[in-house]
Amino acid sequence: MPIEPVAQLAPALLDSGAGPASLFGASFREGYVGSIIAVSLYVSLTAVALSTLVSVPAAVAIGLTEFPGKGFVKSVVNTGMGFPSVVVGLVVLFAVSNQGPLGSLELIFTREAMIMSQFVLATPPITAISLAAVSGVDDGVRDAARVLGGTRIDVALVVIKEARYGIATAVLAGFGRAVSEVGSVLIVGGNITSADGISKTRTLTTAIQLEARQGRYETAMILGAVLVALVLTVNAVVVRFGDRGVAG
Amino acid sequence: MPIQRRKFVAAVGAGAIVSTAGCSSTNDGGDGGDGGGGDGTGGNGTDGGSAAESVGVAGETLTLTTTTSTYDTGLLDEIHSDFEEMYGVTVDAVAQGTGAALETARNGDSDIVMVHARGLEDEFMRNGYGINRRDLMFNDFVIVGPESDPAGIQGMGSATEALTAIADAQAQFVSRGDNSGTHTKELNLWEAAGTDPGGDWYQETGTGMGEALNIANQQGAYTLSDRGTFISQRSEIDLTILVQGPIEGGPEILANPYGVMAVNPGVHENANYDLAMAYIGWITSPGVQNAISEYQVNGEQLFFPEAVSEDPDFQQYVPEGWSSDDSDS
Repeated sequence: MPIEPVAQLAPALLDSGAGPASLFGASFREGYVGSIIAVSLYVSLTAVALSTLVSVPAAVAIGLTEFPGKGFVKSVVNTGMGFPSVVVGLVVLFAVSNQGPLGSLELIFTREAMIMSQFVLATPPITAISLAAVSGVDDGVRDAARVLGGTRIDVALVVIKEARYGIATAVLAGFGRAVSEVGSVLIVGGNITSADGISKTRTLTTAIQLEARQGRYETAMILGAVLVALVLTVNAVVVRFGDRGVAG
Repeated sequence: MPIQRRKFVAAVGAGAIVSTAGCSSTNDGGDGGDGGGGDGTGGNGTDGGSAAESVGVAGETLTLTTTTSTYDTGLLDEIHSDFEEMYGVTVDAVAQGTGAALETARNGDSDIVMVHARGLEDEFMRNGYGINRRDLMFNDFVIVGPESDPAGIQGMGSATEALTAIADAQAQFVSRGDNSGTHTKELNLWEAAGTDPGGDWYQETGTGMGEALNIANQQGAYTLSDRGTFISQRSEIDLTILVQGPIEGGPEILANPYGVMAVNPGVHENANYDLAMAYIGWITSPGVQNAISEYQVNGEQLFFPEAVSEDPDFQQYVPEGWSSDDSDS
């Protein structure tokens, strides 16, 4: 059950988001690094949690049923994995812009708009990899669950349990895609910090882009290292929870 | 089986909490730092008013689209906290090129723009999108390049002659190529020089000023830069100023004036016009103009205020060359 740890860990990780004023010798304003880590995690974890809620049921539904056009649906999902993030950013920008269909919600340059674009980016890989994992579950497991009197939901849960490693991989792939992309969050988020250096819509990736733009490559590298460490940590946590799920 | 179903419900619930918290934190502009809407703080979106109950705009957010040159020099971060404290509001500064900043405002996605390309600003005003323009401050453009100076433009008194020399020598030149104020100025200069740049030596990079300076630095190329960005980045690069702008006695054609305009609430009724005008009043006030002139990077002044003056300057409120005689054009 990989959804649970991801969703519940979000607050815990964010609470520790207060960062040091200096990191490996590079000077940052008080709270700056902590706040961009917090925004990165908040946006990407929320987007991935929402994507997972949509993708895993969709993958199970597609994987456990036979219908005409199934191959076509699969190739659409697979194509979605290759969506360029800037294009997704532009589409979300048109949607949330004042002139767009969602304009009245005033979502432009907010974290919510960033969550929307990362949701669009993360859903195809999570769906596609989950689908592959679900399809790989032995038919015998499904049949056994059904013979034992399980409802359709019971069968689905058994299949999810069997495919949990694959699904965990899917969620991690989605998270990796979301947290590392820069194109769409820059367009819809605007890379905003407040005047005192606390991030509003600046993520690690857009902060790296900003530092590189100003020729501060060392600072950009340090933030890059923070991003890699963050992804490693999230991976380690998810894997650990996955193992504990087996032991329990 | 039932146990697992409960787990699943718990996971769904947790996810739902995260997502709702995300929605309810839309208005909490003031506490962007604890972006952890997931821990429940997102619910207090209405507490922004505590800062200054008496002011009608307290707790609101002003979205300012501006250029990379004002943002990357650190000027806005330096002065904005004063405005935020005074009104109890948040300023969201979005750094784009001048063209993109105006386009964002044209779509009604920002409340105010601060840019530096008078021609584009005038078009913006003539089309009705911007009102109440004020001259804000100026600095100047400089032509920078490698110390070896292959085109021999060092010390030239004319920017157009320098560009012609670069073109004749086919020396590497990096263009912003991003429809920014600096790019617009560069194209105007080429036009004034009577040269149509092109060929292997002329590269359009489509990047911000800082990146363009980096690229020019790595390739030993010339480029046109605003003085502010060049000064703030000078310690990172080996380029040097070869043709000075008017601040250091160079030609007037290299002047770089910045203007600020409110988005017309008659066109975009959701524009935060009250706060935009409060901002314009604030940033053109003697105190803040003074703070702008005192802002230094590496010991050098970057911007020269020009909003406060004894003499009237009506042209700052209208498109350049506009007069009431041709008002119906």
